Amino acid sequence: MAEDIGTSPDEVQFRFREDEIVDHGTVTVDACCDQTNATAVRIEPGDDARLLLPFLDRLALVEINFPAFNDGRGYSAARILREAGYTGELRAVGDVGVDQLSHMRRCGFDSFAPDKRLDEEDAARAFATWANVYQRAADARRTIADKRHEA
Amino acid sequence: MKILTGNDLRSGAVVWWNGSGWSLFVDDAVDVGEDAAEILAREEAARRVNVPYAIEASIDADGHVRPAHIKDRVRALGPTVRRDLAVPTADKTGWDWVI
Amino acid sequence: MYKYDLYDQAMVDARVAEFRDQARRRLEGKLTEDQFKPLRLMNGLYLQLHAYMLRVAIPYGTLDSRQLEMLADIAERYDRGYGHFTTRQNIQYNWIRLEDAADILADLAKVEMHAIQTSGNCIRNISSDHFAGAAADEVVDPRPYAELMRQWSSFHPEFTYLPRKFKIAVIASDKDRAAMRLHDIGVRIVKRANDSGGEVGAQFYAGGGMGRTPMIAPLIRDFVPIEHFITYAEACLRVYNRYGRRDNKYKARIKILVHELGAAEYTRQVEEEFAHLLSVGVEPPREELARIAAHFADPAFIDGPKTVDRSDPDFALWVDRNTHRHKHDAYVSAVISLKPAGGIPGDATAEQMRVVARLAKQYSFDELRVMHTQNLLLPHVRIADLHAVWSALDAAGLAAPNMDTIEDIIACPGLDYCSLANARSIPLAQRISERFAETGRTEVVGELKLKISGCINACGHHHAGHIGILGVDKKGVENYQLSLGGSEAEDVSLAKITGPGFDEDGVIAAVEKVTDVYLASRAEGERFLDTYRRIGMEPFKEALYG
Repeated sequence: MAEDIGTSPDEVQFRFREDEIVDHGTVTVDACCDQTNATAVRIEPGDDARLLLPFLDRLALVEINFPAFNDGRGYSAARILREAGYTGELRAVGDVGVDQLSHMRRCGFDSFAPDKRLDEEDAARAFATWANVYQRAADARRTIADKRHEA
Repeated sequence: MKILTGNDLRSGAVVWWNGSGWSLFVDDAVDVGEDAAEILAREEAARRVNVPYAIEASIDADGHVRPAHIKDRVRALGPTVRRDLAVPTADKTGWDWVI
Repeated sequence: MYKYDLYDQAMVDARVAEFRDQARRRLEGKLTEDQFKPLRLMNGLYLQLHAYMLRVAIPYGTLDSRQLEMLADIAERYDRGYGHFTTRQNIQYNWIRLEDAADILADLAKVEMHAIQTSGNCIRNISSDHFAGAAADEVVDPRPYAELMRQWSSFHPEFTYLPRKFKIAVIASDKDRAAMRLHDIGVRIVKRANDSGGEVGAQFYAGGGMGRTPMIAPLIRDFVPIEHFITYAEACLRVYNRYGRRDNKYKARIKILVHELGAAEYTRQVEEEFAHLLSVGVEPPREELARIAAHFADPAFIDGPKTVDRSDPDFALWVDRNTHRHKHDAYVSAVISLKPAGGIPGDATAEQMRVVARLAKQYSFDELRVMHTQNLLLPHVRIADLHAVWSALDAAGLAAPNMDTIEDIIACPGLDYCSLANARSIPLAQRISERFAETGRTEVVGELKLKISGCINACGHHHAGHIGILGVDKKGVENYQLSLGGSEAEDVSLAKITGPGFDEDGVIAAVEKVTDVYLASRAEGERFLDTYRRIGMEPFKEALYG
């Protein structure tokens, strides 16, 4: 059994889900691929998120770690999981700041456990930054182009 | 001598440590000697000046402070190609030593 | 040209509000400089030697008179009365206060402009052919495709923290006037024959760039059907975002990834991601491209005279040098040189901007362009109006007849302004242009593209100069390396270093010697570059160091 890693429920500052929060730690991507019973996993920036695709059904929590906010690989990892149909919790952890929240949300993150707790007011404003969006992404929002051309 | 410089947080202007605060004029710069690291840490924390750093400099016969490196000499006076926009200073000989 | 609708306007307005909030948090001390820096950079705000510098995006180099007038106003209100046009068709201001930055962005938003993603490790302003929509040789106007990309790349949620900056150019002719293959992604819009008279698609090149490791982008896809254009770009970016190197800033550009993987393997990964993304569905609806393209419909050209009265030799020279063939034979595109002999390449005063804005309104369907050569351009001038345009330009010091000559120097801001520079670039450009103008040699030498960078980052495109100059720091003293044989055009090549570097006087003399060799060796009709390619480096080396 791999050692549990990852964040605990009380470290989660923002969560956009109604289901029960997973209350145990996560395992590494390698461990997750070896273990048939792991339900929570943590992706590091260098990990290939696609290794998890065979196991999505049993996963309830995927943490994506941002050791540094400016390493953007986790955004692609998040979208890849959502594009493959993952519906469990997708938690951004690590160096997550106010100014990353809106894009992370668009890439499919629905829970946030920043290393340093964020100013609630600044964060609320950040989540609401974009009333409309240009790109299709994991949040399935209708884009500006979609709205322009709807009948 | 060792002097401290940086850019003012609000305006971005080049500033020099004068012993108690930050001046626009390189001639106001003072030798900080061994205290460089301590002052830099304190000023960095105060967040008035962006990324202040210590540089080598000398004082010429007329008392003008001359940064050692060409980059800081350009910073001290302004773009050599727009002397009309130079930092206003009493140092009439400044341009002679920039390059 | 493209006009914002309420959505586009709301996006830039939201960005202004977001940046205002970020700047407030920085000034209140809630953000450290390390945290703030990537945020300000994504709004084009740098900290340079003397002040903050703001780079304003001019998407694919197209703007109208109202926008240029606003740029002039900003130069006066918030800066020191001038601006600097860059090699990526943008403008930058050198003397900006952080406290003013959000107000400037708000002013820009009033005229449908912004500074979004003009810096930072994200997709930068999309550049294009400055003759787009006017050139006789284009397959289609490339700008609708560039605009589609602008919208796709603006605030892209997945690609905001790439390994490194990412520059895209879109062209649509065999001639390359945008250094397309020296971009991270270069796109050429093409047409291939089909039953209904030609299907539009995109050629993708990936992994070009200048900087410390210059590379020419290899072709990775010969034809992407236009209905998959954005999807393919997204696949290119996703592979790069996931696998581009992040361990070493100097190896983080996509050119290193493509080089290390090999173009074939990079392409294979992109194709795999592309197939996947096709199933996900990220392409904008097809009608969107048509909606954008409608903004770029031709203005109402009218017939008229096709020749000018050449009795004034100064005017005739300017017409020969600075005008370019237009798709309508009663029009030309007229280059407005920002390279007066002895001047600062790319700088324009607020007054000059206003003159150009007025001319654009009066004589060019209210449209103008910024060229990657740091000049301005009136794209659609009636030949009948050329003399009036020239007279007005001449009066404003904007009629130097030197397009593509040795006076038409590309130079980065260099150590006079830039915090990265090791040596000054501008004084070299001033002295060289002055010298060639004085001796009357400019015309004798003809087409010769001289490009000067003040450091290895190559903002002055020295790798792509017929003659390139790179400034380096040699033990605290400025030193200049000379290189020969580069080209950013369809005959793209990278310049080779001649040998040991020179001091400032020495490099100016060296440029003259190199042109001596050319004049002595050239065959009929050869440009400098052609002669160099024929005779090779040796004769030049011999003249320089022999």
